[in-house]
Amino acid sequence: MGIVTLTIDNREVKAEEGMTVLEAARGAGIEIPTLCWHEKLKPYTVCRICVVDVDARGWTSLDTACSRPVKEGLVVRTRSAKIDRIRKTILELLLAHAPDSPKLREYASEYGADRDRFEKDPSFCIDCGLCVRYCAEVKKKNAVGFVDRGIRREICFVPEVALRECNGCKECFPLCPTSYLQAAFVLVQALTAPAQPEKP
Amino acid sequence: MDIKGIDKIIEKHGGVAGLLIQVLLEIQGENHWLPKEALERVSERLRVPMSRIQHIATFYKAFSLVPKGRHEVHVCTGTSCHVRGASRILDAVKDHTGIEPGETDVDSKFSVETVNCLGCCALGPLLVVNGKTHGRLSPAEASEVMKKYG
Repeated sequence: MGIVTLTIDNREVKAEEGMTVLEAARGAGIEIPTLCWHEKLKPYTVCRICVVDVDARGWTSLDTACSRPVKEGLVVRTRSAKIDRIRKTILELLLAHAPDSPKLREYASEYGADRDRFEKDPSFCIDCGLCVRYCAEVKKKNAVGFVDRGIRREICFVPEVALRECNGCKECFPLCPTSYLQAAFVLVQALTAPAQPEKP
Repeated sequence: MDIKGIDKIIEKHGGVAGLLIQVLLEIQGENHWLPKEALERVSERLRVPMSRIQHIATFYKAFSLVPKGRHEVHVCTGTSCHVRGASRILDAVKDHTGIEPGETDVDSKFSVETVNCLGCCALGPLLVVNGKTHGRLSPAEASEVMKKYG
């Protein structure tokens, strides 16, 4: 593995070939916000919050830091007026779905996002896919998956698998940036293993 | 549809996980819907996790996880059919069947769906029953067509 040198926020950063811009930046102590990224999972690039300005030999583009591989001579800017504006809009759109998510609110205060900018559509899930991918890629249990598509897309446990696997695991619970996952699990639990009726 | 029928379809496609959608389409075609037992069998044989099958079966509108009526009625509400009066065709169909788009009646006789374009706009407004296309209809003619199916 060769070592490449790139510039992140006017600083020279050395990184191993095959690393992503995000990993290189974090290695150098430069923070880039992420929502759908997890160290054990493949980049998913759906939340777009890690968007950065990349200049590759004069060709500038916006790209997701979590998926962009490092390259010799790359010039990356992680903060600019344009990027802050993009991140602010992304956060405002996500906050319409999950207005009380601690992680979203933390980023919102940093980027000045107004959580009441868009009409509330509380689906509570921001479709980051952390639970779905963690269950599939790390635990290989596939107890939770996506259903439907577009604006109706949501996560859904497979009751039979969840009943067998989830009680002893629940490793996806702390990953969820909102609290929708726990709610979905409690729901499927109630539907598959109804509690004994209370005596009158 | 029994397990044997499903196995036959799976074997026809060589039991390859990559042909999952083809297998599901064929089951849907023969059975008109995808029962849970069928999906479980497919999951087992193709070694595709149930969560993935669930995702695919809910993603495509071609699949149905609930039983469909004997006659599948599609009313095109695409732009061309819309300007040629698709909403009145749909009203005629709703009057005849007594159900809204996306529903199946209690006798499992009809399932009604709206579709967004069938690619033959010159024939609009379109009504498709069991795959047979009826074009350039007036609402009265649409009612006549529906009567043929009971």
